Amino acid sequence: MSISVQHISKSFKKVTAVNDVSFEVKEGELFGLNGPDGAGKTTIFRMLTTLLFADKGTATVAGFDVVDDYKEIRNNVGYMPGKFSLYQDLTVEENLDFFATIFGTTIEENYELIKDIYVQIEPFKKRRAGALSGGMKQKLALSCALIHKPKVLFLDEPTTGVDPVSRKEFWEMLKRLQQKGITILVSTPYMDEAELCDRIALIQHGKILQIDTPQEIIKHYPKKIYDVRADNMYRLIESLKSFEHHYSVYPFGEFVHYTDKRDDFNPQELQQYLAANDHQNIKIEITKTTIEDTFMELAK
Amino acid sequence: MKRFIGFIKKEFYHIFRDKRSLFILFGMPIAQILLFGFAITNEINNVDIAIFDKSNDATTQEIIQKISASKYFSIKQNITNEAEIETVFQKGNVLAVLVFEKDFKKNLTKDNAAKVHVITDATDPNTANSITNYISAIIGSYQKEINKNSTLEYQIETKSRMVYNPELKSVFMFVPGVMTIILMLVSAMMTSISITREKELGTMEILLVSPLKPFQVIIGKVIPYIFLSIINAVVIVILSIFIFKMPVQGSLFLLALESVLFIITSLSLGILISTVSATQQTAMMISLMGLMLPTILLSGFIFPISSMPLPLQVISNIIPAKWFILILKGIMLKGVGLAFIWKETLILFGMTLFFIALSVKKYKIRLE
Repeated sequence: MSISVQHISKSFKKVTAVNDVSFEVKEGELFGLNGPDGAGKTTIFRMLTTLLFADKGTATVAGFDVVDDYKEIRNNVGYMPGKFSLYQDLTVEENLDFFATIFGTTIEENYELIKDIYVQIEPFKKRRAGALSGGMKQKLALSCALIHKPKVLFLDEPTTGVDPVSRKEFWEMLKRLQQKGITILVSTPYMDEAELCDRIALIQHGKILQIDTPQEIIKHYPKKIYDVRADNMYRLIESLKSFEHHYSVYPFGEFVHYTDKRDDFNPQELQQYLAANDHQNIKIEITKTTIEDTFMELAK
Repeated sequence: MKRFIGFIKKEFYHIFRDKRSLFILFGMPIAQILLFGFAITNEINNVDIAIFDKSNDATTQEIIQKISASKYFSIKQNITNEAEIETVFQKGNVLAVLVFEKDFKKNLTKDNAAKVHVITDATDPNTANSITNYISAIIGSYQKEINKNSTLEYQIETKSRMVYNPELKSVFMFVPGVMTIILMLVSAMMTSISITREKELGTMEILLVSPLKPFQVIIGKVIPYIFLSIINAVVIVILSIFIFKMPVQGSLFLLALESVLFIITSLSLGILISTVSATQQTAMMISLMGLMLPTILLSGFIFPISSMPLPLQVISNIIPAKWFILILKGIMLKGVGLAFIWKETLILFGMTLFFIALSVKKYKIRLE
């Protein structure tokens, strides 16, 4: 096991940030922690990177205990905090060089590992890090976290505030890193990114709701989901919620996701109900279940 | 070791790329020393005074002659009635009025006593005091002159000599003070700000999760500022020697060693401040309010400690600057060696050890 977490809990004053969390990450796995803001993701990261003590429970990273062997862990992991944490007044190259030096290595020595990522920002290597775009900052931060060839990589919300194209590129990079044998623990509030992980843990209010592969999690969703749309979305949600057989109704992108209490639900019936309620351009289609649907269901 | 050098290199990048900190580092010492040296002064020079001579005889003329001949006073106007005294003070034309009584010479020769009245504008008490003293001195010397021939019996004469600063130049007092303040400011405030900046920007989180040991981070933060503070100290000493003719009677080497000791005291204070503050702003406020004010007010730099109320005198003992100013005055003005300032040195040394021990104890290797 690359990361093993056993029943850890952490409270700040009156708030319980992490409540009896256990999970294991295999070597070379891309493991995702998914949940909304304030779910406790960052606290878990900080406990695993030896920055915080757990109140209860134990954890090991790369075989080292997070409390007793914290020095070994600090030598063997790469950590990219949620906030952009590089030196804004240093250039791209200086930042990378600095992190290589403090980890006792050089850019040349591990260039192979970061090459894919670094070539994209290399044209700007004389630019100050503070002047980079969000996506480039992220790539630089990842390069810095990787420069010492860590065994385990901790990425805390790496794609928050990054444009969709860069996000996609970023996940492709993670996949390639994984092939080089690096274990990756990544947290994200975006459910569409969760589907790109090998396994995910859905987390809310400091508790883990479910741990499995994204496919299994989706497969276990008990209902059929329908995309519903009409001209007035706000009134549509009101109408759907007052439909006597509704099970769940929540907006999802440009649609409303609707599930019915009955197993033998006929969309035709809903169509008539909505038409009777003065809705125009009604569209009802069965759709694929996503992690977000599962999360909404579990978080109920 | 390579890691460590890499860290120090990074610190220098930070300092040289931040225009504001560069200004504080190098602009301020020069500006302060020049300001204190030239603008703020207790000496009196060419003070404007007015004369109200009610007798207007040979003796008063002679005294007035003597006063206006000195470089300290220039006679701005002559007054002819009582009411005018109030007016000239209110207008702010003069700082003092000299009133000679009627029949001055006659009284002096007949009754052996004549009166002269010195009225000063005491809105600035120090200046008023000096003016009174200077005028009394001038009149006193005139009196001795006219008594030259007649020998008075039983005469006590006070003769004073000011040692270490015979010309009473105030710059001699300010230089040690300004040097102390600048070293304190640069060392304590700049280090505490630079450490808290890492906390605020979140880079401290990465530094903690790295093989760099906490003491390496701290020493790495401090070393650049030791260098810069030494440069500052040298600049201040050179400026005061060449521009203000400040003497350095004692050994320059001892001066350098003591300065380095005080720089380290201030740096350890800076580290201590950074361990208790989470943001740059807090660090700056603590440095300014907690260090600068006591340093200026209680160190004996501006207000003599001996004239403070007893509780403040006691408190002044815990101000490192007080001891450093004593050391500086000892070396620069009195030319004493370590034999005479070992006690102050030992106190500073003890304080430094205490601050370092406290910050090591308070320094967090984790986030909480």
